[in-house]
Amino acid sequence: MGRLYAVEVVYRGIFQKTLAKNITRAIVLAAHRDGKHGISFGRYGDSPERNGIPAKAFAIVGDDEVTLEEGMAKYEPKEVDVTICVDDTLCKGVESWAWYGLQPINRLTKPGGTLIVTSLETPERLIEMSHRKDTPYKLAIIKAAASFSGLWVYKDDHTDARILGAVARVLPELFSLGSLQETLKEENPKTGELLAVSAQKQFDRTSTVGVAAGEGNTEVPYTFEMPKWTEMREGIAIPGIPAGAAIKDPVTGEVGGFQPERNPTFKKYLTRTMRPVVDFEKCIKCELCWIACPDSCFDVTPEKLYDANMAACCGCGVCEAICPVEKCITMVNETAFTDNASQWQAFRKDAPAYKSWLVTVIENRPDRSHGFRYRGQYEEQIKQEVSHG
Amino acid sequence: MAEAIATPPAREAATEKTSLITGSEAIAIACQLADVDVITAYPIRPYDTVMQYVSKLVANGEMDCEYIVAEGEHSQFEVVKHACACGARVFTGSSGVGWMYAMEALTVTPALRIPVVAMVGNRALDDPGAFGVEHNDALAVRDLGWQLVWVDTAQEALDTALIAYRVAEDRRVFLPCAISCDGAFLTHSQGIVKVPDQAKVKQFLPAYDRGDLLLHPDNPITVAPQANEDWLMEIRRQTAAAMERSPQVIREAYASFEKIFGRSYGNPFFEEYMTDDADIVLVGMGTLSMPVKVTIRQLRAEGKKVGFVRMRWFRPFAAEELAKSLGRFKAVGVIDRDFSLGAPYSSGVLATEVRAAMYGAGAQQPVIGFIAGLGGREVTVPDVRRMSEIISAAAEGKRQPPTQWIGLRE
Repeated sequence: MGRLYAVEVVYRGIFQKTLAKNITRAIVLAAHRDGKHGISFGRYGDSPERNGIPAKAFAIVGDDEVTLEEGMAKYEPKEVDVTICVDDTLCKGVESWAWYGLQPINRLTKPGGTLIVTSLETPERLIEMSHRKDTPYKLAIIKAAASFSGLWVYKDDHTDARILGAVARVLPELFSLGSLQETLKEENPKTGELLAVSAQKQFDRTSTVGVAAGEGNTEVPYTFEMPKWTEMREGIAIPGIPAGAAIKDPVTGEVGGFQPERNPTFKKYLTRTMRPVVDFEKCIKCELCWIACPDSCFDVTPEKLYDANMAACCGCGVCEAICPVEKCITMVNETAFTDNASQWQAFRKDAPAYKSWLVTVIENRPDRSHGFRYRGQYEEQIKQEVSHG
Repeated sequence: MAEAIATPPAREAATEKTSLITGSEAIAIACQLADVDVITAYPIRPYDTVMQYVSKLVANGEMDCEYIVAEGEHSQFEVVKHACACGARVFTGSSGVGWMYAMEALTVTPALRIPVVAMVGNRALDDPGAFGVEHNDALAVRDLGWQLVWVDTAQEALDTALIAYRVAEDRRVFLPCAISCDGAFLTHSQGIVKVPDQAKVKQFLPAYDRGDLLLHPDNPITVAPQANEDWLMEIRRQTAAAMERSPQVIREAYASFEKIFGRSYGNPFFEEYMTDDADIVLVGMGTLSMPVKVTIRQLRAEGKKVGFVRMRWFRPFAAEELAKSLGRFKAVGVIDRDFSLGAPYSSGVLATEVRAAMYGAGAQQPVIGFIAGLGGREVTVPDVRRMSEIISAAAEGKRQPPTQWIGLRE
């Protein structure tokens, strides 16, 4: 029996669905040129039509058809040679619409396998975001912001070709650079020559850093047990989430406000690419953010401030848009943060320290192409993208 | 109405080419090759992927057809029924509860002898809302005069769609045909497919000729007048006779397909895998063949003689041929990706049919039913091993429960 190869692309629906499909498809076609057999598919339980939802696409390739069948006899592979992450905020974890729990970005990455991330961050920062693993693996960074390539009117920025060039470099047994370039030319009659150049460039400049066993985010992803059929309530009825309770002020001990109880096994916050940071001193307590938030993510504090709870916020930015006070709520790239701690608690414990943290985090916020914050931002970023590529 | 399409009709592919496509895309390409005249659509996952590919072909000017997005599945199936009565080659499809919403339109189609070809992207019926595959949607019409076929790969989906037109539109049959494709495992997986040459498809698929049944001003007829007890039995018997003629037409179509395209499917009704010297066999439909075949290869390496029979055509059901084949083995296990609650021995639909077929042939072997893979749950290699062990025990004369749920959390 021959060797089986698996590659996954972790992406955000709906913006990156075409990008992910183009990558897995080209992998199968390039490998086919080298005499291998393969299939590509999206993880079916995902709902990649939803805005920002973490989702996966796979390419499975075998040296021969029998080997491929062995690999296909599964819903999704148990391990992959290469994990491709096309939005670096997903390094914090993948929580699909389907109820799989929180999965580390590198969960399926084989011992010694490679995690390829498109990012403007440093390797240290990405390793810090990614959950630690019992086995070592490698990290390769492709310098680029999260790309919308392939989506409607967005420019083809060659992210797919660059990623594929990197795959040819880190897993040369899967397909050669030459086969990849031929595939790109055949699949893209107009732009193929240029795509082949981009693939070549990324092939040449791709390098990896080793990630040791145990290195990375120490958070233990939440897990849950599925009940037996005899233990489940009949009639497809499930218990409701309890109403919630008042909050205690960490300094005065005052009890008041309201924190809704939330689903402990479906949190959704990994949909978030940007998070709101709140300048509580500017808040006029109009409660518009609390009313407008589609995910009821705001906890009401005893003094009637509104604290965006990071275990529930999907990062949609509606609060920033509706807030009538200038610079009270600001959306900041999720890569700037290492935890989901309460901003209000930090504010209450040390208001000046919180204020200086707030200013720093806003001023230093890393750019991202997802979630444009003003008209024309995309056009500005194209120039940067070109220089990265 | 055709003026709406500005570009010229279907480009003709010069030669057979290979393409990396999903099962849904394969069906859409079959529609293009068959030069379908009227296509109706209404979105529901996983069938909607076919709709997307078809609309893309139409929008790109690569396919010349009336593409109608209906306001619901019932209208979707009514529109093609009427178009087909007027002599149009038609295509439509649905999934799960969408198919059920069209039920009234589905029931009226066979008796009018209208050869609608539909794709069912098999999906679990609600509730709960689930995307994954179960076969109960397509099986719901098993008694009504629909021809039902299950396919396994994107290649088989494309080929079978062409065959379906040839069979359904044969004057001896004139019955609708639904092609079942397992949701996700087939509809959403890309594989390398040989796309046949347009000229060969024309050779294989004659024009749809409705003859004296054509609904047209030049041929004044009334279709479906009110008819009560003094007519209905005769009408039903006519439809039954059409279904009884279908197996022969299917055989001819596969023989002709092999001759023209050079691809053979062997027995059209079911595929046999490693059955020649098998002691026991598993029987199933659709894409669960993959884990079953992989497991059988492992079991063979361990010296266990297990085979597999994958049913393609469920209606018409090739009872005699199947019973003759299964009669060779010491025990039979039937894997149902469906349920039939309250059925004999609490078995699934296929197991009950297989028992009925074997009883008619005087067979005495134990037939054990398995319910597995519901709602798209993976049928795993260990699952298949377990089923094989149960069948082996039954073959040795150890009594087994007649129906068992496999892969259930219990």
